[in-house]
Amino acid sequence: MEITRPTSLADALQARGADPGADLLAGGTDLMVEVNFGYARPEHVISLRRIEELARIEDGRIGAGVTWARLEKSRHRALAQLSRTVGSPQIRAAGTIGGNIGTSSPAGDGLPWLAAADAEIEVASEARGTRRVPWSDFFTGVKSNSLESDEVIVAAVVPDGVPENQEFAKIGQRSAMVISTVAACVMRHEDGSVRVALGSVAPTPVRAYRAEQLIADNPSPSAAVLDEFARTVSEEVSPITDHRSTEAYRRHAAGVLSRRLLERCLAR
Amino acid sequence: MIVSFKVNGEGRVANVAGAESLLTVLREEMELPGSKNACEQGECGSCSVILDGALVTSCLVMAADCEGSEVTTIEGIGSEGELHPVQQALLDHGAVQCGFCTPGFVVAAAHLLEQDPHPSRDDIKEALSGNICRCTGYGAILRGLEALAGEGS
Amino acid sequence: MTTSPTTTRRLRGGVGESPLRPDGIPKVVGNFAYASDLHAEGMLWGATLRSPHPKAKITKLDIGPALAFGGVVDVITQEDVPGRPGFGMHVPDQPVFAYGECNYWGEPIAVVAAHDLDTAKLAVKAIDIEYEVLEPLTDMEEADALDSQTRRMKIRRGDQDAFGAVVVEGYYEVGQQDQAPLGTEAGLALPDGAGGVDLYAVSQWVHSDHWQIYPCLDVAPEQVRCHPVGMGGAFGAREDVSMHIHLCMLALRTGRPVKMMYDRAESFVGHVHRHPARMWYRHEADSDGTLVKAEARIILDGGAYESSSNAVIANAAYFAFGPYKCDNTSVDAVAVRTNNPPAGAMRGFGGVQTAYAHEAQMDRLADELGIDRLEVRRINALGHGDNMNTSGQLIEGSLPTAELIDELAKMPLPDPVASTDPRHLPGGTGLTTEPGHVRRGVGYGVTLKNLAFSEAFDDYSDARISISPIGVEVYTAAAEVGQGLVTVIQQLVRDVLKMENVAVIWSDTGVIGSAGSTSASRQTQMTGGAAYFCARELREQILAEYGGDDLSIEGVWLRGELIVTLDEICALQPRQHEIRYRHPETFATDENGQGDPHPAYAVAAHRAVVDVDPELGLVRVVQVDAVHDVGKLLNPVAALGQIEGGTAQGVGLATLEELVLEKGVIKNPNFTDYLLPTFLDAPHVEVKWVEEPERWGPLGAKGIGEPPTISAGPAVAAAIRDAIGRHLYRVPVLPQHIVGL
Repeated sequence: MEITRPTSLADALQARGADPGADLLAGGTDLMVEVNFGYARPEHVISLRRIEELARIEDGRIGAGVTWARLEKSRHRALAQLSRTVGSPQIRAAGTIGGNIGTSSPAGDGLPWLAAADAEIEVASEARGTRRVPWSDFFTGVKSNSLESDEVIVAAVVPDGVPENQEFAKIGQRSAMVISTVAACVMRHEDGSVRVALGSVAPTPVRAYRAEQLIADNPSPSAAVLDEFARTVSEEVSPITDHRSTEAYRRHAAGVLSRRLLERCLAR
Repeated sequence: MIVSFKVNGEGRVANVAGAESLLTVLREEMELPGSKNACEQGECGSCSVILDGALVTSCLVMAADCEGSEVTTIEGIGSEGELHPVQQALLDHGAVQCGFCTPGFVVAAAHLLEQDPHPSRDDIKEALSGNICRCTGYGAILRGLEALAGEGS
Repeated sequence: MTTSPTTTRRLRGGVGESPLRPDGIPKVVGNFAYASDLHAEGMLWGATLRSPHPKAKITKLDIGPALAFGGVVDVITQEDVPGRPGFGMHVPDQPVFAYGECNYWGEPIAVVAAHDLDTAKLAVKAIDIEYEVLEPLTDMEEADALDSQTRRMKIRRGDQDAFGAVVVEGYYEVGQQDQAPLGTEAGLALPDGAGGVDLYAVSQWVHSDHWQIYPCLDVAPEQVRCHPVGMGGAFGAREDVSMHIHLCMLALRTGRPVKMMYDRAESFVGHVHRHPARMWYRHEADSDGTLVKAEARIILDGGAYESSSNAVIANAAYFAFGPYKCDNTSVDAVAVRTNNPPAGAMRGFGGVQTAYAHEAQMDRLADELGIDRLEVRRINALGHGDNMNTSGQLIEGSLPTAELIDELAKMPLPDPVASTDPRHLPGGTGLTTEPGHVRRGVGYGVTLKNLAFSEAFDDYSDARISISPIGVEVYTAAAEVGQGLVTVIQQLVRDVLKMENVAVIWSDTGVIGSAGSTSASRQTQMTGGAAYFCARELREQILAEYGGDDLSIEGVWLRGELIVTLDEICALQPRQHEIRYRHPETFATDENGQGDPHPAYAVAAHRAVVDVDPELGLVRVVQVDAVHDVGKLLNPVAALGQIEGGTAQGVGLATLEELVLEKGVIKNPNFTDYLLPTFLDAPHVEVKWVEEPERWGPLGAKGIGEPPTISAGPAVAAAIRDAIGRHLYRVPVLPQHIVGL
């Protein structure tokens, strides 16, 4: 096996461009599981750990190499909340938001927040430079995305005006170190409109647009509207039954969680 | 491939064949078997080490990527003749049964107490929620670490 | 003049104290050698080819491509087994390798030995194998209907036509739990150069391994020596042979040391699991709550091979109704054979499954009658001098059920939830739940377990003690799996011999006879007993020889004066004594399950307090209060550790842990999806002891390994039912069950 350990983004892009088959290594928390169980046998690994440009948190921009441990202290409330639920303290010390984006698991803990924030994924290649992909175009299916084989994920770009009033919650059967069976993120804007995003209930993170519209029409929702809101969220998701949960439960819980989060936003 | 990094303060050189983990290299090449291989997917904490100041599971660290890093393993925390306070506390409170999780708990707890010498009960539990113990039900571990966290506070 | 040791200073580390365990320091510094840490010069690594199908014919098996692999030294299949083709705890019904057909997902087919593990694993993939996939039998009721079974148990006691004023009926299911010891299966076999082999592999009972291994190798018994070895937990998973025969075959064939270690995914099929269960119950009682009749039908899924299913089903049947008096009972129980992964021993051994059912039934009875749920248990409490509700056996030893219930009732309940810290709420840091969403529930689990082996099994433990002026050595082949037997042996022997320096020498099958299994909560009584009584006999021998009245490390004393020193006593050689310790004889029961199958019992009473978020189905187990029947408390810290740890495993089965099988295939063979309780899931445990000595064993002590695991789960399940006010028929209780979806 060969390993390239670039210290600049330019070097990383060059290495990636020269060998599009290479595996990208950030925190290792996904790739190494594949390696340890014999599912992956990388021939060339490009380690992104030493690239300072990827580890920056700037206004409106979170570098792909930022770890969950750092994001636990994010100024974005829901991002901090979700970061605390990622894996274990050990996983949070190693795992990165870029890795979460790149793996594109339906249960990726960071993805509902990106969807609710209407974030863009900034990717770059040596050949074509930088491009920004809206989250909804980036995530294309279960563990699949629109990253080209010569590209590297550079950052999550957070648009201006992401509301401070935001809440996240995640259901796992266990109290810690658990893959989510349902996750939700709700953001409420000053004008009363909301964004509602869910994880683990579809192949990709999803937004509950009809439920959002309901609240846009009823910015001070009554109990009856809140009930309808929860029902609408449940209708809008398309979960499956697997060894972690059932379709019916996930549908139900998506609605309950979203309602609770909206209530928390309304109470602030 | 030759990879050089520091282990427990000492410069070491590993001959790495592929994508194997730091855990594998520690155990099979460097004769440091104290880090335990219980799940190899970062879900039990038995192989916890401190890598460049961060507590990580060494099973999820690619050894080839450790070039230039500093690693502290259980063998660097204390020795039979000179136990770390965490080791003594776990012994004193009967927190060791089969002991397979113990090195990981020692490393994680020592790291916690370095960051925060007086963690609350809930903070201890959360900080160690990535370390699974199948024998003790965690009670004795908690009593040992609470006793330590209470000292000098 | 030297004065008697009994008057000058107190012995340190004796019974009733909690001395440091001798393996403690190596374990905290990472020096303790587990099976997975063993190395030998020039050793090979083995890796296993396993069936990807629950049932299939092997239509082609060509090991040639693997043998041709660089670095591969040997590949073995069933055709290479030199002796008896199969093994098994009780009957050798499991082939060493699948031959011609595969009967469960993960069944071993071949093992490759290579210079390193990576090569061995790659070579396994190179083996050329083809299958004709067949329809597996995976439903336990279907298997029962087809009479695919390893044992049926029938119990008929008393008047089968008796009836009560109230009747409660229920159907119950228990999912499949895995022992999930943190150390996976590992072992090292060393050829002795003379046609024999020394095996260092994880085991709860090296002699049982030995009895199963040597016939398959077709060598003389003494040519195989099974050595106790350090292991990362057991809980039943180490009672069966896994890689043992494979390792010995490879070592003998290659003439080189061979090591194997299963990874976590492989471990999930590399050892047997707890039997999943389906149970139908009917209880009848008088209007005051007195039980009149109890009936049960029980199916346990034993999987593809027998393992210890026949003993597990007996336990499920005998302990179908818990520690309650009832003169008229009926049980039909069956362990079925399917194409699911084999089930066998796990902590609680058949008693765990039925405990969920009988405790739910007791709650239903109380509710039906409008009696307090603890009171209905007290009214019916079984005790010393009563007859066991199933076998009819007179309970000659201690059984303080009523005392435990009374003690439990006195324990204070924890405060209601008052914190908004998410770590105190269901859902934890997932931030799902606020205090207003929470409903609290309280539930009870009062359960009964047999101690040591039953049904006429010749249950014994051999121990040898050697005294020299340096100290005492205790030789035993018992398995120390972490529970602390090593400390208990030391304490007992220190007390008897008044010598502090006691070393336990874990001995192989060539050195000493069997100590029996580290299972059935038996080692404190059996091997602790063997060491204790061996020490007593040796002491008496020495005292008789020298006419003394006391013995200590100084020597033999008479009326407070030292009359001969230990140096003189041991001038020629250390003084040795060996005994075989047995518990009171047990007997097979008649065709109605009536007779005297058990040597002793232990009861446990737990109360669980849970907080439930009913809308999301999330549970936080707040506290478990546990009262335990320990006979005599030998080591308080070790006993507490057993109870807290056993409780966590019970909580795990009640709320988290299940191997999810789909048509015989395990869908979650990993720690990502087989969920063990974390630090934040384990409840606070409060423990009280009741000391009422057993009629046999050292100082009347009882085993305590299994009772906490049996009682905790039913208490938690009951508390969840209490919180939501609705019946739940299955464990683990998952969020969708609570929500009702």
